[in-house]
Amino acid sequence: MHIASVDIWRALAGGALIGAGSATLLLLNGRIAGVSGILGNLVRGVSGDQGWRIAFIAGLSLPAWFCGVHVTLLPRDWSLSIIAGLLVGIGTQLGSGCTSGHGVCGLANLSLRSLVATLTFMSAAAATVFVVRHGVGS
Amino acid sequence: MKFLAALIAGVLFGSGLLISGMLDPANVLGFLDFFGQWRPQLALVMGGAIVVAAPAFMLIRRRGRNAFGETTELPDRRRIDAPLLLGATVFGLGWGLVGICPGPGIALLATRDARAFLFVGAMLAAMLLTYLLRERLVRHQPA
Repeated sequence: MHIASVDIWRALAGGALIGAGSATLLLLNGRIAGVSGILGNLVRGVSGDQGWRIAFIAGLSLPAWFCGVHVTLLPRDWSLSIIAGLLVGIGTQLGSGCTSGHGVCGLANLSLRSLVATLTFMSAAAATVFVVRHGVGS
Repeated sequence: MKFLAALIAGVLFGSGLLISGMLDPANVLGFLDFFGQWRPQLALVMGGAIVVAAPAFMLIRRRGRNAFGETTELPDRRRIDAPLLLGATVFGLGWGLVGICPGPGIALLATRDARAFLFVGAMLAAMLLTYLLRERLVRHQPA
């Protein structure tokens, strides 16, 4: 386990900004900043009221386009990106939320349902990482 | 006005993703690797976000209105049912595979890496498909 103090401050400051974005969307627009929910409603083309969704998603990606992201996507295999995307898409629609909707907004709203969802997807993700990294044959 | 508010909210959220390290799949997978070289700092991202967002939820719950004076209801679904548990599990499998969840997925398109586009494309297609299939199932189910 290694933690640099700069990572701690970045994590806290970044988290606070994510919270501020969620608070802004709730206080001004009266909407929940759940990314999978917003995307789900966008793709199914719910009539009317799509402007704010497009604005939020555009805003969400602006800092990365503006500042550039220098990260390495994993794994190398393209097919895994597709499989993971499919699983994330199905799972978040069936489970009504992702890291932002359940993990941030749901928990901030003191929802037991969101707590259960968050613990479930964290456990499933940790189990997947365990199998991939430490499982049989690796 | 609301368009602008949502844009600002999105920029705040996206800046947070960028600064916190949530956009680096290696970092996210390190956080999820409880039994290896665990990197716990991403727990602070969620913690920090919840602490800042919680007062807004309390305020809206008390007032029942947003800043524009419109009635605002918070999600009040309580049921912990099969779709919730199954969905969260399936989502976790995908998240653990590549270390990308929906918000970072969208932001990572900025890398112009083909894998980011494949991930987001597959995710959006699966979202639409899940919705259409559920609609069909619900419609054909006896009341």
